[in-house]
Amino acid sequence: MAETLTQGPSPTPATLLPALGRAGLYGALVVLALVYATPLFVMVITSLKSLEEIRNGNLLSLPLSPNFDAWIKAWSGACVGVACEGVNRFFVNSVMMAVPSVAISCLLGALNGYALTKWKFRGADLVFALILFGCFIPFQIVLVPMASVLGMLGLASSTAGLVLVHVVYGVCFTTLFFRNYYAAFPSELVKAATIDGAGFLRIFWRIMLPNSLPILVVTVIWQFTNIWNDFLFGASFASGTAQPMTVALNNIVNTSTGVKEYNVDMAAAIIAALPTLLVYVLAGRYFVRGLMAGAVKG
Amino acid sequence: MASLSIRNVQKRYGALDILKGVDIDVGDGEFLVLVGPSGCGKSTLLNMIAGLDDISAGEIAIDGRRVNELHPKDRDIAMVFQSYALYPNMSVRQNIAFGMEMRGVPKPERERAIGQVAKLLQIEPMLDRKPSQLSGGQRQRVAMGRALVRNPKVFLFDEPLSNLDAKLRVEMRTEIKKLHQRLGATIVYVTHDQIEAMTLATRIAVMRGGELQQLGTPHEIYTRPNNVFVAGFMGSPAMNLIPALVSGGDGGPMVRFSTLDGGAGLALGADLARRVRPGQEVLLGLRPECFSDLGDEHSRGLPTFACTVELTEPTGADLLAMLTLGGVETVARLRPDAAVHPGASAVFAVDMTKAVLFDPASGVRI
Repeated sequence: MAETLTQGPSPTPATLLPALGRAGLYGALVVLALVYATPLFVMVITSLKSLEEIRNGNLLSLPLSPNFDAWIKAWSGACVGVACEGVNRFFVNSVMMAVPSVAISCLLGALNGYALTKWKFRGADLVFALILFGCFIPFQIVLVPMASVLGMLGLASSTAGLVLVHVVYGVCFTTLFFRNYYAAFPSELVKAATIDGAGFLRIFWRIMLPNSLPILVVTVIWQFTNIWNDFLFGASFASGTAQPMTVALNNIVNTSTGVKEYNVDMAAAIIAALPTLLVYVLAGRYFVRGLMAGAVKG
Repeated sequence: MASLSIRNVQKRYGALDILKGVDIDVGDGEFLVLVGPSGCGKSTLLNMIAGLDDISAGEIAIDGRRVNELHPKDRDIAMVFQSYALYPNMSVRQNIAFGMEMRGVPKPERERAIGQVAKLLQIEPMLDRKPSQLSGGQRQRVAMGRALVRNPKVFLFDEPLSNLDAKLRVEMRTEIKKLHQRLGATIVYVTHDQIEAMTLATRIAVMRGGELQQLGTPHEIYTRPNNVFVAGFMGSPAMNLIPALVSGGDGGPMVRFSTLDGGAGLALGADLARRVRPGQEVLLGLRPECFSDLGDEHSRGLPTFACTVELTEPTGADLLAMLTLGGVETVARLRPDAAVHPGASAVFAVDMTKAVLFDPASGVRI
């Protein structure tokens, strides 16, 4: 190695090889990024083009005169089924469905996890195993029983009914997440709070939940993505004006009458995908921050 | 401040006996240390006093009042945990105030109490910091502040120093002792560190396998251990337990044991001589400091024996000499400038008034 030091910076096999490897790595990453980004790129540019331009032009060419006409139509004028009022009301439906479902299922999951780890009772692990079972039940199996339950409760074809379905289905996952997080949560904190005089719920609110940010963010992302993107339950248990965004999107895109408005379809699809994207961007930051806070605890 | 009495307390998990009936009475202002190897039940006992574990049988009373069925918050106790157990989402001030808040103490009174404790423990500058911004020693102080602010009848400490580095541990040990002297509080303290037990306690309870081995002052435990377990557990280096045989002699009974050079005998003191008979096999218990070299003025008039020194370990303050007596490794703690050399024979004087004898079969002190 002494010679290479005196020879100066001329490339030797020992320095060339890692550089080549690095170039290969970045090359592969760029290709993969393109594979993932191209569909989004096509969606965005198509939504900004006029129908005329789409018919005549290239799929990948940039719009000649970008405009938001298709977006406005998708939001407030596109025909969903027979009503031509756009997706706005269905978007609101989805928000009304997803926000309470996520909040309730996360809170219940946290409570379950807390009770299963810090207030261990005889058979707690068996109960957990049974709850875990719920994670493996396919959606399709519960359609018919769920429909009759919703009918009995008078919640059929309503947003409230969808909230109930998503909470019931989500609690298994949220319990799993929180239970595993709380299993590693120091029990001495609970003991200290017990001696300080805090009860079951007070410990949960004041000690457990405020120290659960990382797992809370993971659970919210998971639940929100699943519930917002759900199509099957939305199509099965909500009809007409109570339909969520995903079902409305399907009804716009799969319409078999009239002209196929690709630009409106693309705009509606992006609108449908925006909230999950937003949740990732906003919550993802807290997620990283939460992880770091734990890492430097020392 | 108050007394604590533990009467025939037992703990069972199914068929597993964790505590097999423990009796301890702690007087007002006493500093009781529960010490023993891990799994001896000392932490379980502390949790039972706190009310975090329920009591399978027996009774625990604080100030004469049975507390078995009382919720932890109603027992008027405060506990300091090994991991400090500070609430990470709250500031130091909120941590200290949390218990008072739960008990509905009015805010001005809370602030006053926090001020007093912060001053006592010198944590005033960090009251608004989060636990994650504190060093180990500072966290330990805050944990103690949280206990002090309650002004409880009994303080419970669960291995509070074992997460600190060696230097800080000694400092905090001294601080805890000062605090006890200043407050005159009744304290129950769990540790597996026998030095902590010796330095802090007014009384020590040595436990093993869910049973109390000995309860006594540090001096009693050190000089007159009840059995070979206590003898071996307390003191560092541990007490030497030398297999020996009692024989009659001109000047009264002696204990004889083998050495690398043959054998040696030491005359028993009158007190011990009365309790043994010639021909009896015993374990001779000698603390390392019972030995001295002939250059030491303490050696005058003491019985002596000669033996080859295998190894020496200078610690600075002392010189530890390793011998083989009765077939077991034996440590003698000598003056740092004692004239002993590895591989050479030396003469040792033994202070037999400090010797204890154990029955080799049962391990109990004779």
